[in-house]
Order: sequence, then C-alpha cells, then structure tokens
Amino acid sequence: MSPISRGFLGRRHRVDDPSRVPPGQYVTEDFPVLSAGPTPHTPLDQWTFEIAGEVDQPASWSWEEFLALPAETPTVDIHCVTKWSKLDTPWKGVSVDTLLERVVTEAGYLTAFCDGGYTTNLALEDVTDGKAWVAYEFAGAPLESEHGGPARLLVPHLYFWKSAKWVRGLRLTATDAPGFWEGYGYHNHGDPWLEQRYQGD
Amino acid sequence: MVELVDETPRTKSLVLDLPDWQGHRAGQHVDVRLTAEDGYQAERSYSIASSPEDAQLVLTVERLDDGEVSPYLVDVLRPGDELELRGPIGGYFVWEESLGGPLLLVAGGSGVVPFRAMLRHRLASGSDVAVRLLYSSRSLDQVIYRKELEEAGTAEGIEVDLTLTREWPEDWKGHRGRIDAQLLEQVGWSPADRPQIYSCGPTPLVESVADSLVAAGHDQRRIRLERFGPTGT
Amino acid sequence: MEALDGNAIAGGMLEVFGSEMTDVRARCRFCGDTSYLAELRVYMRAPGAVGRCQRCMNVVLVMTSIRGTARVDASGLEMPG
Repeated sequence: MSPISRGFLGRRHRVDDPSRVPPGQYVTEDFPVLSAGPTPHTPLDQWTFEIAGEVDQPASWSWEEFLALPAETPTVDIHCVTKWSKLDTPWKGVSVDTLLERVVTEAGYLTAFCDGGYTTNLALEDVTDGKAWVAYEFAGAPLESEHGGPARLLVPHLYFWKSAKWVRGLRLTATDAPGFWEGYGYHNHGDPWLEQRYQGD
Repeated sequence: MVELVDETPRTKSLVLDLPDWQGHRAGQHVDVRLTAEDGYQAERSYSIASSPEDAQLVLTVERLDDGEVSPYLVDVLRPGDELELRGPIGGYFVWEESLGGPLLLVAGGSGVVPFRAMLRHRLASGSDVAVRLLYSSRSLDQVIYRKELEEAGTAEGIEVDLTLTREWPEDWKGHRGRIDAQLLEQVGWSPADRPQIYSCGPTPLVESVADSLVAAGHDQRRIRLERFGPTGT
Repeated sequence: MEALDGNAIAGGMLEVFGSEMTDVRARCRFCGDTSYLAELRVYMRAPGAVGRCQRCMNVVLVMTSIRGTARVDASGLEMPG
C-alpha cells in the first residue's frame, strides 16, 4: 500500500463531465506528445497514401492528389490510453469513406501502416460511416510532425493509439492481425467507454 | 523528509532520513512515487545528490513549470512529510574510486546532480583520482551547488569549469556559450590520458558531447551517458 | 520528442528482472550490435516504454505497465543466459 502524498493532486481537472469523459480519464488543455520512436520526416514530394491488400486494385495518392480530395473539418473528443482526454479538438482531413470509394473489397479488417514502422489494426466497421479520417490539419494549421504530420489517422471513438501518426496507408485484410501496441498487451478493439485498455478487459 | 534546501530559484534539495537505507553508489538514482487520495499515481526518477559517505540521502529537484511531480516536490512538500522511493537504481552510470580515472564529467543543467555525488565521494574517500567537471547552465543564478563546486575546485586534483549559455555577469571569468568540441578540448583531458568520461543532462547536449569527444579521438567505450528528460527552457 | 536511454527504465527493469539491468550487455537480434541496456534509445512517452537498438533503431525491448504489473518484452535482444 503506497502512502498518500499529502496535498498531491496530479495534473487533473477537478470536475470532469462524465457524459464527455470516459471512465478513468482526465481532461487536459495541452496536447501531450507520445511517441514510440523518432519523428519521421518524409518529404512531401515523396509522400504517398495507399490502400492495398485485399482489394481489386490498390489505390494511391500523391500529396497534391490527397489535398485535392473532398475534405471535412471534424471537431472531436480524443482519449489516450495513458488517461488524458482532450475535448473539442478541431481537425481537417479526408474521410476514410472517401478513400475507400476508390477500391472494391470484401475485407473486414485493416492494418494502418506508417513511416517509422508503427502499425495498428482496425475492423473496417470502425473506420466507415463517418467514424474516421486521415487528417492533415489541426486547429487550422498543417499538422505538426511531432503530432503525426504530414498526415495521421483519426479514429476518435477508440483510444488514440489507434489514430496512427505518420500514416502512409491502409492494408485491407481478411483476418484481424494485431498491430504494434495490440501485440504488447493492449486491447484489440480499444473502446474508451468500455475501458478496453488491455487484452482481457 | 527532513529538510528542504533552496539551491537556485527553481531547484530544491530534499534531505531524507531513511532508517532502512542500505547505501548506494555515486551516480545512482531513485524513483519517487506520489499517490493522491483517490489512488492516482505519478512517478519520476531523481538522481541521488549525496555520496555514499553522507549521513542523509539528498535528492535535488528542478521545478518544471508544466511538470506533474516536480512542482509538488518543490512547492508542496514539507519537513515531516513521507515520500515513497524505490532504489537505489543504476549499475552503469556509477563511479566509485576503485574504478580510477582520470575523470571527465560533463553536465548540462540538472545533469550536474549525479556528479555532486561523485565529487563528494571522491573527496570523502581519500581518493587522488584527478577530476575535471565541465558544467553548462543558462545563467549564474541557475548554477546548482555553486559555492560547493567552487570549493571543490580548490581541492588538489579537482578542476571545475562553468559555462553560461544565455546570460553572464559583466565581469564573468568563466566560459561563455554552449559546450562544443573546442571547449571540451580546452578544459578536458586528451585522449592519451584515457579518461573515464560521464555526461549527463538533456539529450541534445549529451549526444553532442559524446559525438565531439569521439571525433576528438576518445574511446567510445570509456564514455557513459545519462539522458535526462526535458529541463525547463 | 527526444529519446532517453535505458537509464530511464532502470527502475522498471529492476522490478521485472529482480536485479540491476543497466550494466547488462545484450546483443541486438537485428544488427548484432552488443551494448549495455543503459545504451538503448528509449522512448518513454507512449502507452509503454520502447527501447530501440542504438545502432539500427529497431524496436528490441518494450516495457509496459498493465493493470499495475510491469512487463518487459525483450525479444529483440539476446541476453546472457
């Protein structure tokens, strides 16, 4: 049993709205930078986004082509498994639905792959019907590299490790295969409202 | 927790009485864990500033404005409070007089803390190992242990060099500007002396020091580094 | 975000392995580099601590704290038996 540290409160807000903040989370005003490796710096003229794997024909966009796609400006709450939540975060990006229109597939799953080698796995139903974007702007400015720029996946209804930084594409798969953190004991699905942090939760 | 000592406007030393403490080696650290009433916990590592010969354990903490643990330790903690520690920890970034020398210690900001332990051990153990400490701070009022280091520098075989990077007094006789290859060559040992080298502080400083020393011909295997997390900028 | 090094996870490793690990030498399975665990490049600010080989930067060690239990997966390293 740890002794209580007299007067220690930590970084948390005192009053969090339980309808906005999932169990075990606390709201933060800043935007913590979490990373499993060095920040990649792919020049934009070499950057591409791909949809590959279990598709009729892979699709690919250059940076210019990507920016020319119809974009949306979702404002969403995000929840990190390390317990911080950030409300009303404003993004701009391309809906994954828009990207998937370019391929024909019967796959049920995908692995997002990224510069630096990070991966995360998702069910297709977790990224369709307006649930996910590939975002390239945050708060009205180009997404900073430490936050995943030039583009990151944005899947706000799941813990933020699923919103893969430096994303370069989605590989569609017939079966579900664990990505990086999922392989080290984190939950395969990651719903913050069910507190699915770890395998077995 | 027995006593709090102001070191600089942003750092304090915590003097602790630990009846079950088994001793430690200079360069080791402890992990401090804080627990709020609702069970929330936060943990950080702090280098031990006292030598194995000192009667009480001392930790020196720099207050980071956006920190979670350091503001508590520096602003809220009072003599008589309990602190939960794990340690001592570390087997790589340690020095004891049996390891010999000569020693080159290169510190940036709060990276000087483990070197205070090493210096105090060097003095208390009766060792005659030659030591050169090069310590970089932003300004004079941010030099931790300034008086103590000045005194240590007067001891036989110990040299302390300070460099200030952002501002310095008009009549400043020490070095100015960041640590670079030239300054290291000026105040440090030559590769022929085969010094045992330790560098501690923010990652960019520590890596640039190591790169410079290797480029100057020092043996990579005699260089030990400890990278600290962000210090206040 | 700059990397720290194996010193930053020394406490966790001590807890998991039961003995001091920073001065243990291990060989990277990807590139063969042999160095002290203290010399791994460690990225702390993540759902876990990620240790990368200082030479090839492949992930060789991952430390997580899951339900209060620290775990280390060091499958990217060959450690002395």
